[in-house]
Amino acid sequence: MSRKRPEPMQVVKQRRDATLNALVHGVPYIRFLGIEFDRRGDELTGVLNFDDDLIGNPFLPALHGGVTAAFLEVTSIITLSWMHLFPHIESGAIDPEDMAAGNLPRLPRTIDFTVDYLRSGLPRDAYARATVSRSGRRYASVHVAAWQDHADKLFAQATGHFLMPPPLDGSGD
Amino acid sequence: MVDKSGLARQFIEAIPHARALAMELTDIGEGTAVIRMPYDRRLVGDPKSGVIHGGAVSAVMDTCCGAAVMSHPSAPGGTATIDLRIDYMRAASPGQAIVTTATCYHITRNVAFVRATAVDDDTENPVATASGAFTVEQRF
Repeated sequence: MSRKRPEPMQVVKQRRDATLNALVHGVPYIRFLGIEFDRRGDELTGVLNFDDDLIGNPFLPALHGGVTAAFLEVTSIITLSWMHLFPHIESGAIDPEDMAAGNLPRLPRTIDFTVDYLRSGLPRDAYARATVSRSGRRYASVHVAAWQDHADKLFAQATGHFLMPPPLDGSGD
Repeated sequence: MVDKSGLARQFIEAIPHARALAMELTDIGEGTAVIRMPYDRRLVGDPKSGVIHGGAVSAVMDTCCGAAVMSHPSAPGGTATIDLRIDYMRAASPGQAIVTTATCYHITRNVAFVRATAVDDDTENPVATASGAFTVEQRF
């Protein structure tokens, strides 16, 4: 038995990027904060593009703690949703065009979210990466870390619990 | 006290992100603050239902907790969030403003402890609650 011939790279990339864009750009609040996502395979990095409206302390100046919390929460939800959807993106069960037209899948809902502020957020871009510690049928636990200039010097981290949407294929996965 | 509440009000209004979210400090006491954030389509987290994103609730909770610390009679010169935990009880009703009330229930020379609640028009059932620790900066 010979294995199935891999799909052309452009087809794979186009499908993944189109789905991610539809997911991220479909949420007004993510656009409001100016958050984008970098993708390497199934790994995502949230990017918070700096804007003066994100300032919380104009004297330092520093990012607003609420912006930091929101950025970490958005990164957690998108990463969690992405992990949840990925197999269905690959199988072709999810149509990116349908999603871009406004037919978004149900997103995980936050149960609780705890943010640790390690140093003040500087008035510049920030990055965040979330790790799904556990994702069960109903509940998921996520850890997320954010940095600015140095990836090993976090300015904030958080853990959160989320209520997962029902599985897309109707199975008990 | 009158001066301080005037200062706290100005301080909140001077925060660019608080302005971006159209936050309004409606009440401030000795270690308590109330902030209202009107409904805005740009803050929606679920386009299908029109429910506000949890992140926007976090932002108003954080601001309100900070204002409660600033208004405490022991008058810190400034404050920053050390940690903030938010529990989301239910989705806020689309179209309704979110009103948060924060209380700084204990303060030491270095740390302020704060609790907050967020409601919409249904004031009996909180949308979210928060608890956190804030720094106490000395006056210059």
